[in-house]
Parts: sequence; C-alpha cells; structure tokens
Amino acid sequence: MTSSRIVLLAAAVGMAVPVIAFAQSKAPAKSQKVVSQQVKRGEYLVTISGCNDCHTPLKMGPSGPEPDMSRMLSGHPEDMQLPPAPGPTGPWIGHAAATLTAWAGPWGVSYTANLTPDPETGVLRDFTEQQFIQAMRTGKHQGQGRPILPPMPWPWFAKMTDQDLKAIYAYLRQIPPIRNKVPDPIIATQ
Amino acid sequence: MDGAGVPAQWDVRKARAGHWALIVGVAFAVMALLGGAAFARRPLVRPAPELLQETGLYADFGRHQVDPRHLEFSPQYPLWSDGAVKKRWISLPANTAVNGSNPDAWTFPVGTRFWKEFSFAGRRIETRFMELQGDGTWLYATYAWNDDQTEARRVSERGKPKAFDFGGGRSHFIPSLNDCKSCHQGHPAEVLGFSALQLSPARDPNAIHGEPAPGVDLNYLVGKKLLKRFPKALIEKPPVIGAATPVERTVLGYLHGNCGHCHNDAGSLKNLGLSVRHGQGRARSGAERAFATAVGQPVKGHVPGLAPEAKLRIEAQHPERSVLLQRMSSRNPIVQMPPVASVVPDEEAIRLVTQWIRDLDPPVPPAEASGKAAQRK
Repeated sequence: MTSSRIVLLAAAVGMAVPVIAFAQSKAPAKSQKVVSQQVKRGEYLVTISGCNDCHTPLKMGPSGPEPDMSRMLSGHPEDMQLPPAPGPTGPWIGHAAATLTAWAGPWGVSYTANLTPDPETGVLRDFTEQQFIQAMRTGKHQGQGRPILPPMPWPWFAKMTDQDLKAIYAYLRQIPPIRNKVPDPIIATQ
Repeated sequence: MDGAGVPAQWDVRKARAGHWALIVGVAFAVMALLGGAAFARRPLVRPAPELLQETGLYADFGRHQVDPRHLEFSPQYPLWSDGAVKKRWISLPANTAVNGSNPDAWTFPVGTRFWKEFSFAGRRIETRFMELQGDGTWLYATYAWNDDQTEARRVSERGKPKAFDFGGGRSHFIPSLNDCKSCHQGHPAEVLGFSALQLSPARDPNAIHGEPAPGVDLNYLVGKKLLKRFPKALIEKPPVIGAATPVERTVLGYLHGNCGHCHNDAGSLKNLGLSVRHGQGRARSGAERAFATAVGQPVKGHVPGLAPEAKLRIEAQHPERSVLLQRMSSRNPIVQMPPVASVVPDEEAIRLVTQWIRDLDPPVPPAEASGKAAQRK
C-alpha cells in the first residue's frame, strides 16, 4: 500500500469515528426522551386518576388525613393489623380502614396492592406491559387469572387507550421500590 | 333479395348487435355498481344477532333441528364445564377450507362459525357462538335459553349469573365477554377444541369425560378437503401424547384441554414458564415440556390462599403439596383453576391427577443428577 493510500484511509477513519460516535450519542438521547415523555404522561395519569387514593396509605397530618408519600403506591401496610371487618348492614354496604387501603364489603376484605417495582412484594413484578393492559381491560390478574377485587375501578380504566395504559405501566415500573407484603384478600363465604 | 339489399341488412344486424352489446354492457355495469355498493356497505364487523336462530345454527329452530350442513365435532379432551352435556358444531363458508399448515395454530376462513351448546339436567341452558369477521377478529356471543326451550336470547357482555342452580348456593354463570376472551385469547390459535390433537383419530380411550366421536376427525376433514396444507406425517401418524403410561397420557391430555389454552409457550402468559399445551409433530417433546415446566418447578410469584407448604407446581409423590392440584381442587375465586367458567371441582380429574402425582418418580438428588450428567458426557 502506498503512503498516499494510507493517509487517505487514516483520514476516512478519522472522519468516520466522530460521525458514528455523534450518531450513537444522539440515538439513545432520543429514545430516552420518548421514554421520559411516556413516564411523565404516566405520572400525570396516575395522579389525576386517583391511584394514590387507595394505593398510598393515609396518615394523620396536622390538618387531618393525608397521603403518606414516603409509602407512595405501596398498598396496604403489612404491619397494620386490623380486627375483623364488620359485616355489610343495610345501606352501609362497605367499610374502609382509616388508611383507605383495606376495604370490606359483600365480597369479603380486599387490601390494595403494592404497585411499586419491588422485586419480591410488588404486584406487577410478573406482569408484562401487555398483561397490565389486559388486567385493566378485563379485571383479571395478568389479564387472564383471578379476579381483581372491589373497589378497584378497573371498568373505568378499561376505557383508557393503550397508550395511556402503557404510560401508566412505564411510570409504575420506575417509581421507588418499597418492600411491603400486602396480606392476602379474605373471600366472603356464602 | 337483390345485391343492393345485402349491405343494408348487414348494417341492420350490426346496429342490432351494437344495441344488444350496449344493453348487456349497461346491465353488467349496473350489476357491478350494485354489487360494489353492496360489498362496500357490508361491514367487516357486525354485532352478534339478538336471537340464536339468527346465527344460522338451525334449519328448523322450532324443532331444534340443526342445519345438516354444519359439522358436529367432539374434542377428545373436553373442557370441564361443571358436568354440562355439550354439543359443538362448525360451519365453513362454501368452497373454503381450514389452513392446517401450522398444525399448532390452524387458521380459518372469514365467515367460519362455531357453536357450543350447554345442557344441564336434560335442558339447554346456553349456546356460545363465535364467528370470524372480515377484519380477522372473532365475534363472541352467548345465548341463554328460556325455560320452555322456545327462545335463546343474547346475554349482556357482562354475562348472566344463576343460569342453572346446582344447589348448595352454587349456580352456573354464563360467561362474560371478558371471560370468553381470557381463555380463547390465551394462545394464537384462539379456537379451542378444534385442533390437530383434539381431532386426532387416535383418540385416548381413557380421556376424562371423553365423548363419542361424531365422525369428524382429521381423516374426515382432509378427505373432504375441508382441511388443507395439513402435514401428511400427521395423517400417517396421528397426534398422540407420548406418555410413559396410559394414566399419564390421560392426565397430560386433560391438562392440555383444560389448562393449555392459557398455560403455553406462545400466549400472553408465556412468561410464567408453565406449558402444558402439546405441540404437534413432536408430541413426545410436548410431554417433556409439560414435565419440565410443571414437575418440581417452584410457583412463580405469590398465589393467595395456598397452604404454606405448597411451593412446587407439582411435587412428585406429594399431591397434597402440589399447587396445581390444590388450585384445580379449589373453588375459592382467588385460588381456583381454571379461574373462570366453573364453580364445581372436577372430582374425576382430581382423583386421576392425585394418583398420577403419587406415582411419579421421586426427584433425583442434585448430586446424583450431576453425576449422571457427568456419566452421559
């Protein structure tokens, strides 16, 4: 190879490296931007849809009950022991614990799920994005399994678009994980 | 006739021919326009009819005479439906056939219809209906029969409770649309019960709740050219679950028919890693896959309501500690399997699965297993 060809090759490589590096640096940035927008959309939807109302325990603050954001979306606290729920009587068909994370009614007693991405206690740990969407559409665990109990208002979430449900899933998968093993529900005997 | 008259006659004939050509042409154009307009108006997707007879099942609804053009069939491993007596029919559009090139997921021509009739105590209670629509999706509907069996009306998408009283506070629930889809959409095939293994002429004589075959099997379908591009090898050697014993064949067949539509390697629950659906053309490997993903395998995640000692899907020789058996024996809504469409446990299946688990070989200790692996090397 002549010296002129070597110089030409070196110049080509010298020009190509920064161009490729620049392109690679831009690609993830764009992808991250899309993900970030999706997560922000999910945060917005979770906030306005009232998910925190039941999945974040209430604590008593100076002005009355307020959501305990240190346990954001972690469901019914595992260390909260409750006495047996009163049975449904007359028009007072349901009862709620002070945290709004435990609910009793004709179906039995249900405890709100830990929606954080804790690998051992988060309810979504085995959910794919598609299963999350199907769960909201059908009211069934992972879209095909056991029923999601009241008062989870899944029939309204079922009306959301796929894009909105994907955004909620993306947001829930990146919030701070909180280890909290929610008790099993109690099914009313007939 | 003189010479001058010939061209004149020729002109008249030409004029008449042109006239007729014009009429025929206009007629064709009108037909094409009307046909095109009708086709354009024909919806790809339509709502299910309000009454069962409007789906085309019957030739004479008053006498409950099914249209003889429909094919009655019976899967060899039927789904447990709380003891219902079931009848099933398929209708293919004229001059069409099922595409069997993928023996694990047949594809059906647009317009294919299925019906499944459920009877308890000698009375029709409900008939389920599926039709493949122009957009490639299946239409689902359920029809509830009235007490005097003179009408079957479509039920709401939310289903219908208390359709038949079993006693003891239990009753038959006509499934909701979500219930239908949760099972049928658990595998790309979407049609359950009309498949290669289920219609194999080599039927399992011991199948739990097995029904007599009405004659529509793989041989019939291929012979009548209603099933095309189906692998010849599976006609020459019909699908059979490769199992060590007849009991094992029957148990694995039961799990295929009752659990495999959700628990398989191709559907949305594949991430659970439990596959009891048997692929065709490699039936024996299908049995091995069921073993590999169920026997000795820990339950993934937490299942509420289970005994604390139950940690494996199937624990060889210990049916009392096998989650699969616990869940199929339960009718607690958050524990039971299948999760929908049954309020009465299948006692016959529970007995056989219990026996099979008890007779399974004990697990090989890890040290011995690694030694054997080393020996094989």
